[in-house]
Amino acid sequence: MKTDMQASRDDERPGAAGELRTRLLKYAGGLLLSILLTGVSFWVSATGTVWPGGVPVLLAALAIAQMGVHLLMFLHVSSGPENTNNIMSLAFGVFVVALVIFGSMIIMHSLDTRMNDMPVDVHRMMMAP
Amino acid sequence: MSAMLDEPMQTVERPIPRSQRGPAPTHVTTSYGMWLFLLSDIVMFAAFFAAFVVLRDHTAGGPAGRDVFHRHTVLIETACLLFSSFSCALLGAGVEYRNKRVTYAAVAVTLLLGAAFMVLELSEFAQMIADGAGPGRSAFLSAFFALVGLHGLHVACGMLWLIVMLAQVATLGFSPKVVRRLLCFNLFWHALDIVWVGVFTVVYLGAFT
Repeated sequence: MKTDMQASRDDERPGAAGELRTRLLKYAGGLLLSILLTGVSFWVSATGTVWPGGVPVLLAALAIAQMGVHLLMFLHVSSGPENTNNIMSLAFGVFVVALVIFGSMIIMHSLDTRMNDMPVDVHRMMMAP
Repeated sequence: MSAMLDEPMQTVERPIPRSQRGPAPTHVTTSYGMWLFLLSDIVMFAAFFAAFVVLRDHTAGGPAGRDVFHRHTVLIETACLLFSSFSCALLGAGVEYRNKRVTYAAVAVTLLLGAAFMVLELSEFAQMIADGAGPGRSAFLSAFFALVGLHGLHVACGMLWLIVMLAQVATLGFSPKVVRRLLCFNLFWHALDIVWVGVFTVVYLGAFT
């Protein structure tokens, strides 16, 4: 059972769990992984080896992987019990971000194509002050 | 006899129901609040990302991304932020073990790398504006300066925050308040790095493909 004394000690030492050695290894691993992922991203965008149609998808996958590495290794997002609230709000945040970005892309792309289809005089009339 | 039997029974750890555990420790609630702020900050960045992606091809006859961006500058900027993220993590470890020397060294490295990033980015901006590719040139460039400039503003604010924290560690020592603030700074700096991953992928590498 967690006593008051323990709780106040936890207050003084945030994240007291975990040895220094494993933590440093975790940080070094995170650094190496992100260097690797960044390097591959830059290489993919510079080289002609990868089929051009696949490059954006590959870049997106690499970026998402690197964000995951940062979340796990540096921000200490885990499935621990005191992390439940953090995970839930992260999920909601990701949902809103995806909604804003992809929603804008779809709507604006659709508007763009419709504007181009419009007869020229209607377009001119809309643009008139 | 019965007392001897009771002894081991009490040491058995049973999971305590959530309702009986009492309030969460302060560092948990504080970092949760900071986490909520960072998520809403990232949602704001999402709006800027959306604007950039929508306006990316609207160059109004002006320069496109591949004409004004330099791949090696972006690579060096990214390296600066990555290593500063690592030194910021070391800062967290130094604070946790109450080691002033490690803390100061990590703060110095983080500040240096952050300053190097800012210098690179501002010189990139200055060069673009001098070349006639300022934010007023086209919708694409407005969106670019808004998004990347917003991230740069966050980095500058973070550096200011870190300098203030340095002064607080020097004067107040590792008091619980200062430690919690440093914890929040750690979260802030790593969240900025996550945003930068999106920036260099979408803005810079996206321009070259």
